[in-house]
Amino acid sequence: MAEDIPNMEDALDIPCLKVGAMEGLKPFIAGADHQEALGFPGELVPNWKEKALEKMAEMAETNRAFQVYLDTCVKCGACTDKCHYFLGTGDPKNMPVARQDLLRSVYRRYFTFAGKYFPWLVGARDLTEDVLQEWYSYYHQCSECRRCSVFCPYGIDTAEITMAARDILAHVGIGQKYSNEIIGKVHTVGNNLGLPAKALGATLEDLEEDIEDETGVSVRIPLDEKGADILLVTPSADFFAEPHIDGLLGYAKVFHEAGVSWTVSSYASEAANFGLFIGNQDQMREVSLRIRKAAEDLGVKRIIFGECGHAWRVAYSFLDTLAGPFDFLDQNYPIPQHILEFTWDEIQKGTFKFDKSKNDHIRLTYHDSCNVARASRMGDEPGGQFEIPRNVIKSVCNNYFDMDRDTTRESTLCCGGGGGLLTDDLMDLRVKGASPRMTALQQVTEDHGVTHMAAICAICKTQFSKVMPKYGYDMDSILSVHQLVSNAIILTGQETDDAEEDND
Amino acid sequence: MLGTIYALLFYVATALMVVGLAAKIRRYARTPAPLRIPTTPSPTTRKGVVLRMIREVVFFESLFKSNKWIWAFGWVFHMSMWLVLARHIRYFTFDVWWWVQIVQPFGTYAGFAMVAGLAGLWARRFLVERIRYISSPSDHLMLALIIGIGLSGLTMRFVAHTDIIAVKAFMLGLLRLRIGDLPADPFLMIHLGLVAILMIIFPISKLLHAPGLFFAPSRVQADNARDVRHVGRWDNEEGASRG
Repeated sequence: MAEDIPNMEDALDIPCLKVGAMEGLKPFIAGADHQEALGFPGELVPNWKEKALEKMAEMAETNRAFQVYLDTCVKCGACTDKCHYFLGTGDPKNMPVARQDLLRSVYRRYFTFAGKYFPWLVGARDLTEDVLQEWYSYYHQCSECRRCSVFCPYGIDTAEITMAARDILAHVGIGQKYSNEIIGKVHTVGNNLGLPAKALGATLEDLEEDIEDETGVSVRIPLDEKGADILLVTPSADFFAEPHIDGLLGYAKVFHEAGVSWTVSSYASEAANFGLFIGNQDQMREVSLRIRKAAEDLGVKRIIFGECGHAWRVAYSFLDTLAGPFDFLDQNYPIPQHILEFTWDEIQKGTFKFDKSKNDHIRLTYHDSCNVARASRMGDEPGGQFEIPRNVIKSVCNNYFDMDRDTTRESTLCCGGGGGLLTDDLMDLRVKGASPRMTALQQVTEDHGVTHMAAICAICKTQFSKVMPKYGYDMDSILSVHQLVSNAIILTGQETDDAEEDND
Repeated sequence: MLGTIYALLFYVATALMVVGLAAKIRRYARTPAPLRIPTTPSPTTRKGVVLRMIREVVFFESLFKSNKWIWAFGWVFHMSMWLVLARHIRYFTFDVWWWVQIVQPFGTYAGFAMVAGLAGLWARRFLVERIRYISSPSDHLMLALIIGIGLSGLTMRFVAHTDIIAVKAFMLGLLRLRIGDLPADPFLMIHLGLVAILMIIFPISKLLHAPGLFFAPSRVQADNARDVRHVGRWDNEEGASRG
């Protein structure tokens, strides 16, 4: 293994503090064009200090979480060993409480009695340009995964503080290139990739041909089809990246077998919503409104989201608030619905015929994506977001093994690339941040011979296909859940090699 | 003279604590929560949230999941503190309520458990590298303050008894706005002085975790986003833009 990969015995091993280990690591700063396209200043404004404090005061007045979380921390230390970036880097500023304190120390200095008059007593400090730079660095070493908030006795969610800090930075002229450039593309083209409608149509046609070549059955992947019942909103990575694309084929087969009419929209050809990552609710709303408009224009009755972690958080938790009410949709179905909820419902109805042996070359585990696990739900019961994906997997796959309970479900470890960090300029952080998850995976490989891991998040899939090779796995060891469904499903009229065996 | 000083101190401390806390709670309650952000899995109903919060407050459920040492010390400290506080009610009521009488022996010895819990928490601030890193002077002082209250109280109970009848008479007088005499006992002065300081700093310190917990959206919001529409600021702003 390369020397920059942390050597962990156990997924949750606590490292010794390495002060300054990740100091100065920064993703590329957004250029003026990418900033201004989102309504942010193009460069650091001359009165940045005044502006930043104004923004902070505004947040304290308009966001209860921000205000309460900054006030209530008692520094008990419960969160200190819960962040995968801390476990992977040892940098103490990657401990959730220390990350919060980068901002809390400034908030105290200007907005609290103790900080104004006794700054040394409560660790309050002035806002300087160095502090801004430190914020930019360490608030881009947080994937907003909420693992710390599960374990905090007061539920303090570092993701909220990270989002606030990034929003303050963007407002004084220091935005992140990766996220802001992508949001700009969504506004102008409709998806993160900047894939125009024509190219998207051609891609989907190719995929239809692939399915027909494979199965002999004509399965459609409709685009912009007015009057369809279901609008599928899926991350644009599903249109071109591996293993995402195999998941898309899975959705198409599932819809086909269920006999529903559905369509993708070129206007809202993106489930991802990076407005969440940069902590800007207005940007998040703009992106969400595209989905509403597409649904209205196409006249659909239902909206279903594809496999994407943070998109499902925004869809499940925020869409109705930001772009609702959706009273024009069919109220008999959940608004919005997750593709796994749809697939699981149909499996329970007995809609599909599966040949589970098609996945017998795989010994599988499942990675709970953070935003699905800790910021959303599937089904009617709390925890459905853990059960439903596993139920679907077990319906199509014979060899399934869970990873250590302390690293799954609500305790799941982030892939290391979420929250707007899936950019090559942060590769060092991404590799180190993935090490707790990779260590848990190696454990089930040792214990049960696990060969593959499935996920339901476009970011997780891309991140793992990049970092898994560094931990001794092939890049195609990461799978889409609907890829497994796609492998096992026998379409009506499909000719199979082992059809005769089945008839025995 | 001494009685007058302490009487004024307590009136001021009580006023600051009540007014300060009320202002903070008012602020928390009035600050909008723009989005629904419960940390899931989370109860889907109001009733479920109430049960979750009871588990958090009574058992420190999340802390238990997080770290057994912090949980053990923190839980022992807080629960002992409640017993000790309950025992102290007898100094503020003329006829001691029946349940306060039942609590009395437990509350007396809970004083030791309380100090032990605090000592454990303080030790971690020195011994555990991560917690040493995140500790500010105020974190140490807060522990010193509460340990000081505990030790001075235990001293009066078990080592150098104070004239507790006189103290009770003084406290009952305070409640009726009559300032009486207070025994000139150094441990009593320390004990009451530290308590007054604690009351004064309550609304401007991390002691705000007590009311804050009940306003943390991640814990007190129900996970019912698809069933009940959470109305944000956008509805009022521009309903027309979608037209």
